[in-house]
Amino acid sequence: MEVLDLARWQFGITTVYHFLMVPLTIGLSILVAGMQTAWVRTGNERYLKMTKFWGKLLLVNFAMGVVTGIVQEFQFGMNWSAYSRFVGDVFGAPLAMEGLVAFFVESTFLGLWIFGWDRLPKRVHLACVWAFSLATVASAYFILAANSWMQHPVGAEFVDGKPTMTSIWAVLTNNTALAAIPHTIAGTFSVSAAFLVGIAAWRLWRKRRERDEDRQVWRSSLKLGAWTGVVAFAALAITGDVQGKLMFEQQPMKMASAEALCHTEQPASFSILAVGDVRDANCENVKTFSVPALLSFLAHNDFDTEVKGIEDLVGEYQERYGTHYPDDPALGELAGQPIDYVPNLPVTYWGFRIMIGFGGLSAAFGVLALWLTRKDRIPDTKWFPRAALLSIATPFIANSAGWIFTEMGRQPFVVVPNPTGVDGVWMFTAQAVSNVSTGEVWTSLISLTALYAVLAVVEVYLIAKYVRGGVEGVMPPKKPDDEGEGPDKTDDDALAFAY
Amino acid sequence: MDLETIWFCIVALFFAGYLFLEGFDFGVGMLLPILGRDNTERRVMINTIGPVWDGNEVWLIVAGGAMFAAFPAWYAGLFSAVYLPLLLVLLALIGRGVAFEYRGKVDSVRWRRNWDRVIMIGSWIPPFGVGLLLTTSVLGLPLDADGNRVGTAFESVRWDTVLGGLAVVGFSLVHGAAFLALKTDGDIRQRARRLAVRILPVALLPAVALMLLVQWREGSAWTLVPLAVSATAAFVAWWRLSLGREGQGFAALGVVIVSAAVVLFGALYPGVLPSTLDAANSLTVDNASSSPYTLTVMSWVALFGAPAVLVYQGWTYWVFRKRISTQHIPKVHVPR
Repeated sequence: MEVLDLARWQFGITTVYHFLMVPLTIGLSILVAGMQTAWVRTGNERYLKMTKFWGKLLLVNFAMGVVTGIVQEFQFGMNWSAYSRFVGDVFGAPLAMEGLVAFFVESTFLGLWIFGWDRLPKRVHLACVWAFSLATVASAYFILAANSWMQHPVGAEFVDGKPTMTSIWAVLTNNTALAAIPHTIAGTFSVSAAFLVGIAAWRLWRKRRERDEDRQVWRSSLKLGAWTGVVAFAALAITGDVQGKLMFEQQPMKMASAEALCHTEQPASFSILAVGDVRDANCENVKTFSVPALLSFLAHNDFDTEVKGIEDLVGEYQERYGTHYPDDPALGELAGQPIDYVPNLPVTYWGFRIMIGFGGLSAAFGVLALWLTRKDRIPDTKWFPRAALLSIATPFIANSAGWIFTEMGRQPFVVVPNPTGVDGVWMFTAQAVSNVSTGEVWTSLISLTALYAVLAVVEVYLIAKYVRGGVEGVMPPKKPDDEGEGPDKTDDDALAFAY
Repeated sequence: MDLETIWFCIVALFFAGYLFLEGFDFGVGMLLPILGRDNTERRVMINTIGPVWDGNEVWLIVAGGAMFAAFPAWYAGLFSAVYLPLLLVLLALIGRGVAFEYRGKVDSVRWRRNWDRVIMIGSWIPPFGVGLLLTTSVLGLPLDADGNRVGTAFESVRWDTVLGGLAVVGFSLVHGAAFLALKTDGDIRQRARRLAVRILPVALLPAVALMLLVQWREGSAWTLVPLAVSATAAFVAWWRLSLGREGQGFAALGVVIVSAAVVLFGALYPGVLPSTLDAANSLTVDNASSSPYTLTVMSWVALFGAPAVLVYQGWTYWVFRKRISTQHIPKVHVPR
């Protein structure tokens, strides 16, 4: 493999991995902030227990999100230095803002929240968890603004061979970003909702036959999760529709590849499933089950819009952006080769469907669990707890599939040309990599992947342990044996929390 | 001052802040098996930095982000050239961050011992890597006309850059000991202070040697001033620590590292990454920087953002200002 392939694999692996932790952190931190608010306002012990239990799982997960995030920033410079040089003027700004405005707040106030129990006034402590959780949203905003600029560059002009920023406002209010943000945030809630539902349902089921003084904790958590999941799924559908319409205008090839739509259609039908090899760009061996005219509607809000197929688009792209890569040695094997404008169709086609399917599945399980546990019932079946735990995975799969679709769907570009935008502001992925040796990238790819794999096992182990431990596992018994703890109890009390 | 110079100073400031803040929290991790005789003492040590290490680490992320936004060619050239050392830093930081959070989550001696190792290794490697990275940036690399590294993957590993790595390691060790003396109470406080006094003269030697080397090769007349300040502060730190004035000793060490950063970056300016092949290939604040518009936008962000960071991070240190001793450490409470 060449540096290009290795660097792409590394980016894919590390980003998908990072984005397993991140959405859980974002959604769950806001839900935990809500739980703590409910506790501070009502004084109801149940909400404190919820805050402590889910807060603990949040922390186990957050640590992984933070440490894997550093890799994300550094690998632009390490693996993608040509990219960084080319786009730094525009792309660097939202990235730096993320650090300076959001990530500092996030990490500082999380520290205050973890160690601040009993040390800060209740309301100040509550403000800390809100500062932390809102900062995670702000982080997402800046990162998505940066990513959206790669999908649809705006606010820049081409000067001296490079995009130069002309308006930070345009970059931060890019309509691609404004659509991606609510969609992504809804996705984070979908993940956290399934996490709550799955774990709470399992806890309810486990103590179904005995007295469980924390049963209301799990009921409230399950309800909160299920409703959050339903609302999140509705929001995902609406915002996804907005994104689809933007994609139709801004990245028609991605739209066509999402459908593996070979030939231009008017009206265009929406394919539900395909049998056969969608890789085949002529669509001869593929049979799809489709809804007539739906794709036209998704693309442009009416049932008669023409949606261009891959075949026609390839011609258009060749005309606008060339048929061959420049004969530049930096491009390695691809120098002077024809440009393949068609993304990896099986990935984009199935990625799109997995995203929708698993997203729907996770919301559906929430509703089912809500129904099965209505009026103090707890299902006494074996499949229920298993399905509950399995359902936790579904929105994670949906999120990953969505991102893989959107990033693979923009290939062969790393910065997709804006069809109505400035000339010159685009870049092929093949031109973006660093001038480093394959040995270096291999080392990096293997060591990061191996470390990530080990840490995934550890994280899942710890989460499982705390889930089994329940509320007792995170809250020390009310009255610890005070005798013989230390000489002087007034000032030298044990810390409320310590590592 | 022009925008490029201002941003050069801002990047330098973030790196100086990083070396100061994570310097001592690396030091705490490095000393974990040395000063922490049992689990409770090790927990005391970890809890002195517990609420703040993550915020400290963000200084590195923001330093990198500021480089990316303000000097894309510097960021791209340096990070891709110092690839393997930087990878080691990343792996170490990943393990270390997770270790703090996970160490206390299972009540088993083996579990804790393994994470203690991760913390220790994860605290020795990054200061070395960051020191090597910054020294490479100051002393230069063989760069071609595109700003890419020429030669092997180990071009950045030379005796002079290794000296830079050792300089930051040595400093972090002393700073961590002084910090522990300042933030703990009881027996461990005394041991930390004695250790700081004993190792300071040796541990700061690489830093002094590095400054002299940089001054000799790249320095200008005015960088002699921060060099003298740094050296004097090192004496003051030793003197105050040996008298038991932990706060003053710690502050003096802060002066040591900040003025050392001024020497390094001052000697580097107006370059950002010199080419050892051909001066024409060298990256400077002018040819590596972003457009004036981008720099202006980022200046506004930094103008409001950076002071706010100082305020709320300062507040965190104030909230957790109390010394910690073994009797503050609660019993281990984890799910069975």
